[in-house]
Amino acid sequence: MSNNRVSRRQFLGYTLTGVGGFMAAGMLMPMVRFAVDPILQQHDAGDFILTDTAVADLSEEPVRVDFAYEQVDAWYTSEVTSSAWVYKEGDKLVALSPVCKHLGCTVNWAADPEHPTQFFCPCHAGRYEKNGQNVAGTPPLGPLDEFEVEERDGFVALGAVKANTIV
Amino acid sequence: MLNKLYDWVDERLDITPIWRDIADHEVPEHVNPAHHFSAFVYCFGGLTFFITVIQILSGMFLTMYYVPDIENAWESVYYLQNEVAFGEIVRGMHHWGASLVVVMIFLHTLRVFFTGSYKKPRELNWIVGVMLFGVILGLSFTGYLLPWDMKALFATKVGIQIAASVPLIGESIKVLLAGDSTILGAQTLTRFFAIHVFFLPAALLGLLAAHFIMIRRQGISGPL
Repeated sequence: MSNNRVSRRQFLGYTLTGVGGFMAAGMLMPMVRFAVDPILQQHDAGDFILTDTAVADLSEEPVRVDFAYEQVDAWYTSEVTSSAWVYKEGDKLVALSPVCKHLGCTVNWAADPEHPTQFFCPCHAGRYEKNGQNVAGTPPLGPLDEFEVEERDGFVALGAVKANTIV
Repeated sequence: MLNKLYDWVDERLDITPIWRDIADHEVPEHVNPAHHFSAFVYCFGGLTFFITVIQILSGMFLTMYYVPDIENAWESVYYLQNEVAFGEIVRGMHHWGASLVVVMIFLHTLRVFFTGSYKKPRELNWIVGVMLFGVILGLSFTGYLLPWDMKALFATKVGIQIAASVPLIGESIKVLLAGDSTILGAQTLTRFFAIHVFFLPAALLGLLAAHFIMIRRQGISGPL
């Protein structure tokens, strides 16, 4: 027998706290797991999307490649159109995301007559070098994102968007 | 007739002390605009509450027509505003009131700050007030998406990017808010609706109760 005897009051206190805690956890656990599900969901690595732009037609000048894919947003499936700026760097293909890293507008190649070898964002005059490097002194704080890109049967195939790896 | 009804209930439940406790309290001269007109600055807290009540009521009625689904949200807002009698008024109350609440909170905060009313013993009430300000901004942010027009969509894209810039947990906050790691769509709208209509109002009411209990307990701060 231990010297610290548990009094009837303490015993009831522990028991009620334990049972109450168990019941509270039993109520809250399903709800919290339900709410955070999007964070824990596994996403399979996105398939490559085949575009109808032939690799042979590409040069070292970025061109806009439009593509469409089926996007599954929970219970809502829709056809989404998007685009990429694709060019050849030696034998390698480079595909840059057109989404400005400032506030998400769409950038265009050589759209600013004063900077014919840069990407230009019309919203706040953000500019990027050909490799996506943001030009210092313009609003964007980082380089343009990059698509995973490969050649399939002579055509450009685009994969997931990742952080720029070539600057 | 009403008196008799009141007496009948009071005789059985003794309700007089309850409402006396809530309604009977002193309004000091220095906060009464009838005595010094400049005391109107003490009205901003009450005005904030008044507009909050309008927001809650008009919001409750808006949900009679609104649907938080990406295919129907905009249509339902268009319908309730243009086809339903007084729709423009009810939505207008909620729309303009949303901005006005923020303005009134700001003025109320300025008054509390410049009269030094946040000082001991009222520090806790200042903290609850700051939390209330946060909840109101959260309501403003989540409510902005619900009409599901271009302005709403792109404002929320920017807002979620800001949330994602939090160190370490930014990405998780983003997914928790948007419901998806890349898409701002169906799940974002339902989540924002749930947060706007249930979670934040619940927090708002709890904090408001704390705010009012504390002001009643401590009384209005003295004159400058």
